Amino acid sequence: MTKLNNKQRLFRLLLLVLLSVLAAGLGYAVLKLPLQAPGLSTRVTENLVVSGVSNPVTAVLLNFRGYDTLLEMAVLLLALLAVWSLGSQSERRESAPGAVLDMLSRLLIPLFIMVSGYLLWVGAHAPGGAFQAGSVLAAAGVLLLLAGWRPGVWFVGLPLRITLVLGLAMFVAVAVAVQLAGWRLLEFPLPVAGTLILLIEAAATLSIGITLAALFFGHRPQTGQDSGSQTEQGEK
Amino acid sequence: MSSVFFYALTGVGLFTLGLYALIVYTHLLRKILAINVMGSGIFLLLVSLAARTRGAPDPVPHAMVITGIVVAISATALALVLMLRLREASDRVELPEEPME
Amino acid sequence: MIMLWHNISWQAMPVLLPLVGAMLCFLLPQRIKFLGLMIALAIAASVFALLLQVLDEGVLRYSVGGWGAPLGIDLYTDGLSLLMLLMTALVGLGISIYAIAYFKSDKAVHFWPLWMLLWAALNALFLSADLFNLYVTLELLGLSAVALVALAGGANALGAAMRYLFVSLLGSLFYLLGLALLYHSFATVDIALLAQRIEETPAVWAAMGLMSAGLLLKTALFPLHFWLPPAHANAPAPVSALLSALVVKASFYILLRLWLDVFPPTNSMLVQFLGLLGACAVLWGGLQALRQTRLKMLIAYSTVAQLGYLFIAFPLATGMAWKGSLYLLISHALAKSAMFLAAGNLLRFGGHDRITQLDRVAQRLPLTLAAFALAGVSIMGLPPSGGFIGKWLLLDVALRSGQWWWAVILMLGSLLAAAYIFKVIGHAFTQAEVAHEAIEVSKMMEWSAFLLALAAIVLGLVSPWPLALMDIGSPFNTALSATCTSGVAQ
Repeated sequence: MTKLNNKQRLFRLLLLVLLSVLAAGLGYAVLKLPLQAPGLSTRVTENLVVSGVSNPVTAVLLNFRGYDTLLEMAVLLLALLAVWSLGSQSERRESAPGAVLDMLSRLLIPLFIMVSGYLLWVGAHAPGGAFQAGSVLAAAGVLLLLAGWRPGVWFVGLPLRITLVLGLAMFVAVAVAVQLAGWRLLEFPLPVAGTLILLIEAAATLSIGITLAALFFGHRPQTGQDSGSQTEQGEK
Repeated sequence: MSSVFFYALTGVGLFTLGLYALIVYTHLLRKILAINVMGSGIFLLLVSLAARTRGAPDPVPHAMVITGIVVAISATALALVLMLRLREASDRVELPEEPME
Repeated sequence: MIMLWHNISWQAMPVLLPLVGAMLCFLLPQRIKFLGLMIALAIAASVFALLLQVLDEGVLRYSVGGWGAPLGIDLYTDGLSLLMLLMTALVGLGISIYAIAYFKSDKAVHFWPLWMLLWAALNALFLSADLFNLYVTLELLGLSAVALVALAGGANALGAAMRYLFVSLLGSLFYLLGLALLYHSFATVDIALLAQRIEETPAVWAAMGLMSAGLLLKTALFPLHFWLPPAHANAPAPVSALLSALVVKASFYILLRLWLDVFPPTNSMLVQFLGLLGACAVLWGGLQALRQTRLKMLIAYSTVAQLGYLFIAFPLATGMAWKGSLYLLISHALAKSAMFLAAGNLLRFGGHDRITQLDRVAQRLPLTLAAFALAGVSIMGLPPSGGFIGKWLLLDVALRSGQWWWAVILMLGSLLAAAYIFKVIGHAFTQAEVAHEAIEVSKMMEWSAFLLALAAIVLGLVSPWPLALMDIGSPFNTALSATCTSGVAQ
C-alpha cells in the first residue's frame, strides 16, 4: 500500500462523497420504478409462434433483434482484427504441459465439443444457442492452447480467416438473400425461419469459438514462413 | 422491498464501486477490472428488473445482456493486449502523464 | 435481375457494404488497396442512392425483420441522418484515397478492415432509431477507433489509445445504464416510441444525466476533452482525420437526437450550462492551440475548440441555430480532415511536424499548403466557406434573441483560430535553421487533402441545398426549439 499525501486523500474523500450522492440518486430512481411491469414479454410471447423457435431469448436475439446480433458479431471480429494489428510480444515463454493437463485435455475436449453441439441444438427450445455453444467451444480451444497444442501450418492462413468471418458472413448472406427473395432485411418467413436461424447459429458458434480462442492466443499465429518467432508448431 | 429491487440496487452499487476504482487506481489492470465490474453492475440491473413480470421474465433485457457480455469481452480482450503492448513499449503499466507535447 | 435490385433496401446497403468490404479485405490481403477503393466508391454510391430515395419519398422508416418497434429495430432516415451519411461518405472517400497512398502494405493490411468496420459503425449509427442498437454501434465505433489510433505504434500512440479506450468504454457504460433505466420505465428503446411515452420521473432524469454525461465524454466537450489531443495527434494522419471529422460527431448526433426527441423539456439552466461549456471549449481550445509546438497537436486542440461551437446552439434553441450548428459540423468535418491530411503530408515530407521548423513548405509543397490554408478559411469562419455560413446563422440567432454574449464568444473564437492558423502559414514561408531531408509526397495524398478543403469552401457557396436537406422530416420542430423553424429564410 503506497502512502497517500494529503491532496490525494482529499481527492479520494471528495470522490467518495460525490459517488455516494450518485449512487443514492440512482438507487432512488430505481426504487421509484413500478413494482410490476411486463415490459415486452407479452409481445414476445404473442409473436413467438411465428419466430421459428420456441425459446423466447433465442427468438429475441436471432429474430426480433437479429440486427443487433449481426453488429455484435462484427464487434467480435473487430476485437480480433484489433488484437492482431497490435503485433506480437517479443518474447514468449512456453513450458511443456504436465502429464495431468495433457491427459485431461485429451479426455475432455471431445466432451466439450459434444456439449457445445448440444447447446447449439437445444437453443431453439430451451436456454442455449450460438453464444453459449461458442463459449464452450472457446473454452475447449483455450484448454488445447494451454496444453501446448498449436494448429497445423496449413490451417493458420486463409482457412483460419475463413472460419473467423464465417459467422458474420453467414448473417450478412442470409440478410441479403431474404431481401433478394422479396422480403425485408433479416425477415425470416415462417416456413424457413427455424432453419435459417439454425444455419446462422451454427456458423456463429464456430466463429465465436475460434475467435475467442484466438483472442486468448493474443497474436496472429505465424504461418511458418517468417523466422524469429518462438512459438512451437507441435502436433498432437 | 421485493427481492428484484435488492438485486437492482446491488447493480447500482457495483456500478458506483467500479467507477470509484476506475478513477482512483492507476494500474491498468485494475482499471480494466473496474470497467468489467461496472458492466456487470449494469447487466445485473437490466436482468433483475426484467423479473418484475407476472409469469416468465421479460426476455428482451436478457438478450441485451448477452449482447452486452460479448461486447464487454471484445473490449476487455483489446484492452488487455493494448496494456501488454504498452508495457513493452514504455516499461510502465500506467497511463502516461498528460498532456503530451 | 432488375426486379431483384428493386427489393434491395437502400437503407441497409450503407451498413452491409462496409461489413462485406471488411471481410473481403481481411480474407484477401493481396488485393487490399483495390478492394478498399472499390468498396469506398460503392458505399458513396449507395448513400447517394439513399439520398435520391429520400428526396423522392420523404422520410423513410424501415422495420428490420418486419417486426417494427417496440419488438424489433427500426431504421429511420430523415434529412438530418442523410446529412450525416453524406458527410461521412464524402470525407470517407477522401480519406480512403489518401490512405491508399499513405500506408505501406504491412500497415495497410490492418488499416483497411478496421477502417471498413468503423465506416459500417458510423453508417449504422446514423441510420438507427433504436437506442440499444445505437449502443452496439457506439461500441463498434469506439473499439475500431482505438485500434486505428494504436496502429501508429510506439509508446505515445499506445498510451493515447489506452486512455481513449477507457474513455470510450466509460462513456458507453454511462449510456447503457441510462438506457437500462429508460427501458425498464417504458418497455421500449425506440426513439419515436420513447418520445411519446416519456414522463418526468426520477428514472428519466437519471437516464438523461447519465446518457448526456457519457455522450459528452465521447464528444470531448470541455472539461471532458482531455483524452482527445493525445489520441488525435499521435494517430496516423488519415486516422486523425477521420477521428476529428467523423467519430466525435457521431456521439454528438446521438446526443442531439436524445435532447430533441426523447428527453422532456428542461429548464433553461441546463441548456445554458451546455452553452457555457461550449464557450469554455472555444476559448480554452483556441488558447491551447496557440501554445502548441507540434502541428498535429495544434490541429487537435482546434478540434476541441470547434466542437464547442456545436453546443452554443443549445441555449439558442431555434431551428436556425440547430442548422447553423450542423452546418459548422459538416464544414468542420471537411476542413479538419483536410488539415490533418495536409499535416500528414508535411510530416511525411520533412520527417517532423514542428511548426517553427516548417522549412519553406509553401514553395516545396504548394498544393498541401493551399489545402491547409483553404481549410483554415473555413475554420476561421471567413467567407466564402461552410464555416462562415454556420457561424453567420448562429450569430444571427444570437443577436436577434438578444443573447449577444454568444456572439462575442463566436467572434473571439474566430480571432483565436485566425491566430493559430496564421502562425502555421507564416512559418511555412520561412526557412528553418536546420534543413531536413525531403521525402517525396504522393500526388494522391496532396490532391485528396486539397479537394476536401475545396469542398469546405464550396459548402459555403451551395448553402441553400444542405439547409433544405436538413428540413426533411423537420427534426427541429420540437419542444426544445423556442421558435418555429419555417419562415426564417436566408
